[in-house]
Amino acid sequence: MEPTIHKNNTQDLKVNEVLQKKPPTIEVKEVKVWYDDFMAIKGIDIAIKPNTVTAFIGPSGCGKSTFLRLFNRMNDYIDGYKMEGKIKINGKNINKKKVIVEVLRKEIGMVFQKPNPFPKSIFENVAYGLKIQGIKDKNFIQKRVEKALKQADLWEEVKDNLKKSALALSGGQQQRLCIARTLAVEPSIILMDEPTSALDPISTAKIEDLIRELKKKYTIIIVTHNMQQASRISDYTAFFYIGDLIEYGKTKKIFTNPEKKQTENYITGRFG
Amino acid sequence: MRKIKELVIEKSLFTSALVTIAVTVGIILVLAVEAVRFFSEVSILDFFTDTQWTPLFTEKHFGILPLLSGTLLTSFIAIAVALPIGLSISIYLSEYAPRSFRKTVKPLLELLAAVPTVVYGFFALIVVTPFLQEIIPNLSGFNSLSAGIVMGIMIIPYVSSLSEDALHAVPQSLREASYGMGATKLQTAFKVAVPAASSGIIVSIILAISRAIGETMIVAIAAGQQPRLTLDPTVPIETITAYIVQVSLGDVQHGSIEYRTIFAAGITLFVLTFLLNTLSYRIRKKYHLKYE
Ligand SMILES: Nc1ncnc2c1ncn2[C@@H]1O[C@H](COP(=O)(O)OP(=O)(O)OP(=O)(O)O)[C@@H](O)[C@H]1O
Ligand SMILES: [Mg+2]
Repeated sequence: MEPTIHKNNTQDLKVNEVLQKKPPTIEVKEVKVWYDDFMAIKGIDIAIKPNTVTAFIGPSGCGKSTFLRLFNRMNDYIDGYKMEGKIKINGKNINKKKVIVEVLRKEIGMVFQKPNPFPKSIFENVAYGLKIQGIKDKNFIQKRVEKALKQADLWEEVKDNLKKSALALSGGQQQRLCIARTLAVEPSIILMDEPTSALDPISTAKIEDLIRELKKKYTIIIVTHNMQQASRISDYTAFFYIGDLIEYGKTKKIFTNPEKKQTENYITGRFG
Repeated sequence: MRKIKELVIEKSLFTSALVTIAVTVGIILVLAVEAVRFFSEVSILDFFTDTQWTPLFTEKHFGILPLLSGTLLTSFIAIAVALPIGLSISIYLSEYAPRSFRKTVKPLLELLAAVPTVVYGFFALIVVTPFLQEIIPNLSGFNSLSAGIVMGIMIIPYVSSLSEDALHAVPQSLREASYGMGATKLQTAFKVAVPAASSGIIVSIILAISRAIGETMIVAIAAGQQPRLTLDPTVPIETITAYIVQVSLGDVQHGSIEYRTIFAAGITLFVLTFLLNTLSYRIRKKYHLKYE
């Protein structure tokens, strides 16, 4: 079945902007995931707090990406993927048949591990999400692009070169462009899967500043392998281990006084 | 010992490369020499402006236009068939089909290009033409429409396979970025995957055109042997390739002007396909740079 394309018109979006968006609630109940016969998530419950940064940490292959991609149903296209359980965003089960996945994904933006700008101009990259919604109003798009680029702290660097190919930007700039592209659609939740793992320390610091700034308006979930990064930017931390959520709580608590031995081992192991 | 072995292998590889180049140069030289002789008797201006090609008649005309138009007309029809079908197949296979389906269908499609072209020619003449005559009553027994359509079917895999390769090479992360912003599969296919693969797709189309222009058997069998400057696809025409076959199989005297027309026609064909190949090579080089 091909999902219908929803055309929000400009007017709707403007109204949407004026109305204060309610911070989203995210609840996960008894979620299990399989890839064919392999059980990647073994039954996880978690509630993510609105307008916070939540870090997902854990060793490689423990299911952080799999779990993160449940929230915008990005796993749907993977062969052999199966899930069970409930994920409720603002009280609504996002896996219900009647949920239009395209609409869901406008609410929930995603930034990926490797910067993945489209081979288009800087402007077209940021405008993409608006154009696919059928928005034609040039003025409106122009404003949104500018706003998003400013929010992503990239505007000053690219404002004279908006027509330039996005591929000509540095890795760090590309990643900020990808963040801008996500912001232009005005989601309320942003999922980030190791967004700085391909970047140098300076670009990383920029993106961390950005995340701290963004959390005032957005709910952010970030997967990271960098313990310092988790402790620097997140309010809450969830520690995953082989498909299970071992511990979840305030970042400060997790990093200074974890309840579980496994958590402590993982965190201290990293710090040496 | 090892060193000697490596040396022998290296030298023999080098020699085969050299032989290939030598043969190519040889062919071009023969073509060029005979063509130059031809053009010492027929003016280039006539060759390109005369609207009749009648070297085998008593009243001789040497205008390449009828043959060129025949070639371009059949190729155009072929592309008109192969392009939409081939592109749809490639987009379906790379963007929608399950992996297992793609893996079985692609080689099957490529079989289309492996069918001997004489079979296609025969098929055009005795199946497609009679069928089309039901719809178009005044369609001649030999015509460019039926030859072009069948040629189009033959070159579908050139378009579909190479385009699919190009689409497949588009990183999955670009599609995910698009889905992540709320794009549908259809939007992602046409606004992200196809543009990102565009140079590869264009190369596939150029190669398909090049293949169509050079195709001989189908047009020789089903399109007729009547050089005619026309855009009407229902009447017999003759392509450059079909003419070359006709004269080569006939009994024209070596060294005669009739004989040399083969080379004049041949070099025209060569220049045409050479230009297309150069174009596709250029595009491919640019495309590799882009993905680096
Ligand atoms: N498409 C897939 N098909 C089959 N198995 C998969 C697929 N994607 C992930 N897996 C498996 O699911 C498990 C969890 O993978 P996931 O990518 O979620 O881990 P991760 O915690 O994000 O790891 P990393 O830190 O290395 O990114 C792994 O064992 C992995 O091999
Ligand atoms: Mg991961």
